Amino acid sequence: MTVQTLDTAATGHPIAVRRRKRKTSAEIGQIGIYAFLIIAALFFAIPLFIMISTSLKTAEEIRSGSIFDLPQALDFSAWVKAWSTACIGRECDGISGGVWNSIKIMVPSTFLSILIAAINGYALSQWRIKWSGAMLALLMLGAFIPFQVMIYPLVRMASMAGIYGTLPAVIIVHVLFGLPILTLIFRNFYVSLPPELIKAARVDGAGFFTIFFRIILPMSQNIIVVALILSLTGVWNDYLLSLIFAGRENLPMTVELATLVGTRIGLPEYNVNMAATLLTALPPLLLYLFSGRYFVRGITAGAVKG
Amino acid sequence: MARQRKLTAQTVAKLVLVPTILLCAIGFYGSILWTFVISFTTSGMLPQYNFAGFDQYIKLFGMDRWHTAYTNMFVFGFLYIACSLAFGTLLAIALDQGIRAQNVFQTIFLYPIALSFIVTGLAWQWFLNPTTGLQQFVRDMGVSDFTFDWLTRPDMAIYTLVIAGVWHAAGLMMAIMFAGLRSVDGEIWRAARVEGIPKTTMYRRVILPMLKPVIVTCVVLLSMDVIKSYELIVAMTGGGPGYATDVPAKFVVDNLFDRANIGRASAAAVLMLLSVLAILGISALLGRRKVVEA
Repeated sequence: MTVQTLDTAATGHPIAVRRRKRKTSAEIGQIGIYAFLIIAALFFAIPLFIMISTSLKTAEEIRSGSIFDLPQALDFSAWVKAWSTACIGRECDGISGGVWNSIKIMVPSTFLSILIAAINGYALSQWRIKWSGAMLALLMLGAFIPFQVMIYPLVRMASMAGIYGTLPAVIIVHVLFGLPILTLIFRNFYVSLPPELIKAARVDGAGFFTIFFRIILPMSQNIIVVALILSLTGVWNDYLLSLIFAGRENLPMTVELATLVGTRIGLPEYNVNMAATLLTALPPLLLYLFSGRYFVRGITAGAVKG
Repeated sequence: MARQRKLTAQTVAKLVLVPTILLCAIGFYGSILWTFVISFTTSGMLPQYNFAGFDQYIKLFGMDRWHTAYTNMFVFGFLYIACSLAFGTLLAIALDQGIRAQNVFQTIFLYPIALSFIVTGLAWQWFLNPTTGLQQFVRDMGVSDFTFDWLTRPDMAIYTLVIAGVWHAAGLMMAIMFAGLRSVDGEIWRAARVEGIPKTTMYRRVILPMLKPVIVTCVVLLSMDVIKSYELIVAMTGGGPGYATDVPAKFVVDNLFDRANIGRASAAAVLMLLSVLAILGISALLGRRKVVEA
C-alpha cells in the first residue's frame, strides 16, 4: 500500500508504474522459483549421475580423477563383471543369479497377494460382513507394525512348518506383509462401485465368485495396475525379509548387492559396485519411468484418500 | 430357492475372508504376543520360558548402545520428517505456480522413491565418502582444506543418513502435497486475488492449514519409515562408526541373528512397538480422524 502511494506521489502515473513494478517483481519471483527447482533437480540427479558415470570408468580413472569427472570412454567392463564374475562372498559369478531369485520370489508373491487382496476388498465392500470395519482396522494396524516385532516368532513358525529358508517361506511372509495395504486399496476402489451392479447380478442368481470374475475383475484393470506396481516394487526392493527367510539358495538381488559391496577382499572396486547397484535399481526404475502416474498412485494409495 | 442361493453367496463372502483372518491373526498378532512373552524371559540363543520380569528391559536401559540407538531414532526421525515435509511442500508450491516442464521436474524429484533404501544408501555412501566423493572433489578444485567427513565422524554420521533419507522421501511428499494443493477449490484463490491477499500469506494462513489432514498423513507415513529404518543404515554406515548410527530396528536384528540374544532383542522390539502405538495414538488425536482409513 505504501509503495503504491509513494509511486503516485512521485510520478503522477500511478497505474502504469504499478503495473510495471508488479510485472518485474513477478518476473523475479518466477526466476527464483525456476532457480529453486533447478537446484533441487540437481540435488536429486547427482546420486544417479555419479552412479552411472562411476560404473563406466576404469579403476585407474576412479583413483586419479574426481567423482564428477565424466568417464573418458564408455567402458562397460564393470557392468559385465558385476553381472557375471564379481565375487559375492565366496562365489564369483556376479549378481545375475540374484535376478532369477528375485523373479522367483516376486512373481508368486505379487500374484497371490493381489488375488487375495482383491477378493478380500470385494467381500469387505460389496457384501454385508459383520465387523468389516474392525477387521480392516486390525489388518491395517498390522501394516504399521515394524517387522522386527514379528520376525523371530515368524522364523520359529516357519521352521516348525519345515519351510524356513525356502521359497514358500519368503513368499508367505511377503504375502502376509503385503495384504493390509493391498486389501485397503481394493476395498477403497470397490466401495465406489454402484451397488446396483451387484444387486442386479444377484437377482439373476449369480454367486459370489461368478460376480467377482465376470463383473468386478474386468472393471478393476486400473486398480490392478496400481496394486501391481506397489507390490512389484515393494518385493523387488525388499532386503530384510528375503535375507532372513529365503535361505542361501534363493537370495534376491538386493541381498546379493549388499553382500557384494560389503565384501572386503582387496581394494574395493567402486565401478563394479556402482554397476551392480544400477543393475539392481534398474527394474523398479524402468517401471517408474514407464508407468508414470500409476506409480505415484500406487505409492500414495491409501495415503491420500478423502 | 432364491433366498437359499443368496444365503450361500453371503456365506461364501464370509468364508473367503477366513484365510486372511487366520494368516493375520497368527502372523501379526500371534507373533506380537509371542515376542511380548519372550521379552519377559532370559532367552539367549533359543527361547526359554522362564519368567524373569522386567530384567531384559532393565538391562536394555543400562546399555549405552541401546541409548544411542533409541536417541538416534528420535534425532534422525525428527530431522527426516521435518526436512522431507518442508522440502516436499516447497517443491509442491513451486510446481503449483504454473511452471513449464512441470512433468520433467516431477519425474526427477520422484524417481528416488522407486529405489530401495539399499541402493539409496550405497549411492550416498559413495558420494559422501571423504576419500573419493564430494570432499575430494572440492579439494581437487583448489580448496585444499575443505572438509566434509560427516560419514566417518561418530557425532555427525547420523546427519548423512538424514540427507539420504530426505533425498529418498521428499519427492513423495511433493507428490502428495501437490495433489493436495490441486484439490483446493479455485474459488478460494479467486477470492484472494479480488481481496489482494499476497500468495505467501495465502499459503501460510489459508491453504496449508486447509491441508492439515494431508500433512498428518504425510507425517504418519514418514514416521513409519523412521521406525522401520533398517536398510538405509545397513547400506550407508552399517550402524557405524562404532555404533554411532545404530537404530532400534538394527539393534533388534543384530541381537536376534548375530548376537543370539533373543530375550534382549524381544524387549527392544516391544519398545519399538510401543513407540509405533504412541505415534498412531498422537496422530489420531491430532488429525481427529481415523488414520488407518485415511
